[in-house]
Amino acid sequence: MNHPPRETPEREEVVERLRDRAKFVRLETVRLTRIAGAGHYTATFSAAELFAALYYAELRYRPEEPDWPDRDRFVLSKGHAAIGLYPILADVGFFDGALLDNYTRLGSAFGDHPDMRKVPGADFSSGSLGHGLSISVGMGLGARVQDRSFRVYCMMGDGELSEGQVWEAAMAAGQFQLGSLIGIVDRNHLSIDGNTESIMGVEPLAARFQSFGWKVHEVDGHDLDAILDVFNALDPPDVGAPQMVIADTVKGRGVQRMEGDYQWHVGNLVGEDYDDVIAEIESGLRPLVAGGADG
Amino acid sequence: MADGAREETVGQEISDVFRGSAAAADVPREKGTGKGISATSIPAFVAGETLADLGDSDPRIVVLTADLAHANRTIDFAARHPDRFFNVGVAEQNMVSIAAGLASTGLVPFAATFAAYLALLTCEQLRTDCAYTGMPVRLLAHHSGMSLGFYGTSHHALEDIAITRAIADLTVVCAADANQLRAILRRSLDWPGAMYIRLGRGRDPEVYSDVPDDFEIGKAARLREGADLTIVATGSEVRACLDAADSLAANGIEARVIDMHTVDPLDRDEILAAAAETGAILTVEEHNLAGGLGSAVAETLAEAAAGVPFRRHGVPDEHVVIGPPAALYNHYRLDAAGIDSVARDLIGAKGHHDG
Repeated sequence: MNHPPRETPEREEVVERLRDRAKFVRLETVRLTRIAGAGHYTATFSAAELFAALYYAELRYRPEEPDWPDRDRFVLSKGHAAIGLYPILADVGFFDGALLDNYTRLGSAFGDHPDMRKVPGADFSSGSLGHGLSISVGMGLGARVQDRSFRVYCMMGDGELSEGQVWEAAMAAGQFQLGSLIGIVDRNHLSIDGNTESIMGVEPLAARFQSFGWKVHEVDGHDLDAILDVFNALDPPDVGAPQMVIADTVKGRGVQRMEGDYQWHVGNLVGEDYDDVIAEIESGLRPLVAGGADG
Repeated sequence: MADGAREETVGQEISDVFRGSAAAADVPREKGTGKGISATSIPAFVAGETLADLGDSDPRIVVLTADLAHANRTIDFAARHPDRFFNVGVAEQNMVSIAAGLASTGLVPFAATFAAYLALLTCEQLRTDCAYTGMPVRLLAHHSGMSLGFYGTSHHALEDIAITRAIADLTVVCAADANQLRAILRRSLDWPGAMYIRLGRGRDPEVYSDVPDDFEIGKAARLREGADLTIVATGSEVRACLDAADSLAANGIEARVIDMHTVDPLDRDEILAAAAETGAILTVEEHNLAGGLGSAVAETLAEAAAGVPFRRHGVPDEHVVIGPPAALYNHYRLDAAGIDSVARDLIGAKGHHDG
């Protein structure tokens, strides 16, 4: 989708709206986690701007027609960030947001990982890391077979890239010249046990995807202007190189006590901590404190 | 036509090597390479051709394989529908997940590779991406059981029925021969959800000259009537069970033979009717005794308190010895003579039970 150029009132308006929606994602993540008693805060916060830019600016979809065959697809391969996706799907009209008040409770449609058979607007189920890029290759081939022009966006984590299947899919996307496929790596530098480079390194990440036949775009994943610029720069969804957006992010971004701290991968805020964090998110992103995940 | 006749003969030799007696296993294997034999003379090879035929009128059909297009003849589909065929290379997990993605866009994908890889290597993709999501992916699991003979355990699938029938929303069907496979493929097109279709080596001798019009996935086929016991078989063992029933009949034992082609959902009514009407049940499968058809039938009989003599016959819970397929079937008594002897043991137990 074409986004207005930088430094125009139209662009300012879009960015302001996206900033507000990224805040909404973080607030809802904190609220829903309290309902569940545990949640993936930090991997959702790192993706908050990406979620907002995708659903409020980039993707083509029809909330009143969730199965619209020509809609763009979004595969949340890092399914543990679903807690940030559900509020958006409700907010844009796929379902009544009040349903989320029952998040993770017995019989709820909404678990920690998304179930496409239960969640309107969820284009595929996920939770087991490493599958999503293959699923997305299949969707892209499906578009080609049926002569449809939709794009497929697949968001992965960086820890997820240790899964071998990701690279099987990366090979296939290059082989099949799936120009309609847009991969997004939420490069938040942390997997569950620590810094990716100390657990299982992914660098040089851009070169790795390039060597598999991908065109790579690198962007600050919290800079909404920059994200929109990358979306504007995408090649058309024709036969050609698949495209990977490597979004440099901070795990836990937006809540200082969590930023760059792998120990907040799963957590639960209660009492005053909960109120403090809500207030902090409400006040907007603050400058990063030096000495985060990668120093 | 002379060539055609020769091809049939060669095809028969292959069947003898891979399905026949131990004596037939001594036929030099070079004769059975399959090279130069027409597709129609070798039943296993019908999947690609049948899907190509179905694909002529059904644009939803897409076919995938993992660098085995020649072995499983999906190349016959590729030749006619090149834009709907995807060879993903030696990447089975990727193949199954890609199939799920294709299915999510409204297509009906058939993903074909060795059963050993579909059921074990891609087990999780099969469950999470195909079954859990309700995607109409059809997994063509060929060369199941120990039909790859001396290729060894890495290429055997003797656990796949146990694995797949434990997965919710996954239908499990075993094809007894090429003609039944054709019928299964046709019926599968509008079957809801994912389906695991277990095939033999593709050189399975004929069971069905014609598949009855009332063939239904989930409904067992009674192939032979008999009052003394019932042999419940699936897939590659159906032919041997029919042959065993012939030899049993020659000795005055009449066996009912049921083709339980669909293992999940299981046709429990047919099993309980067999127990009530014939008083003894023998299950036969080319599968580990743990968790397969025999276990499924045992669960049904026990829960219904059927109380009839019962025997599971299959491969013991061990990694099988090395040998050509026919020799293995003989070794594990999964050929007609072996099944005959197991059935006689059971009949003996029945007599004791009745007395």
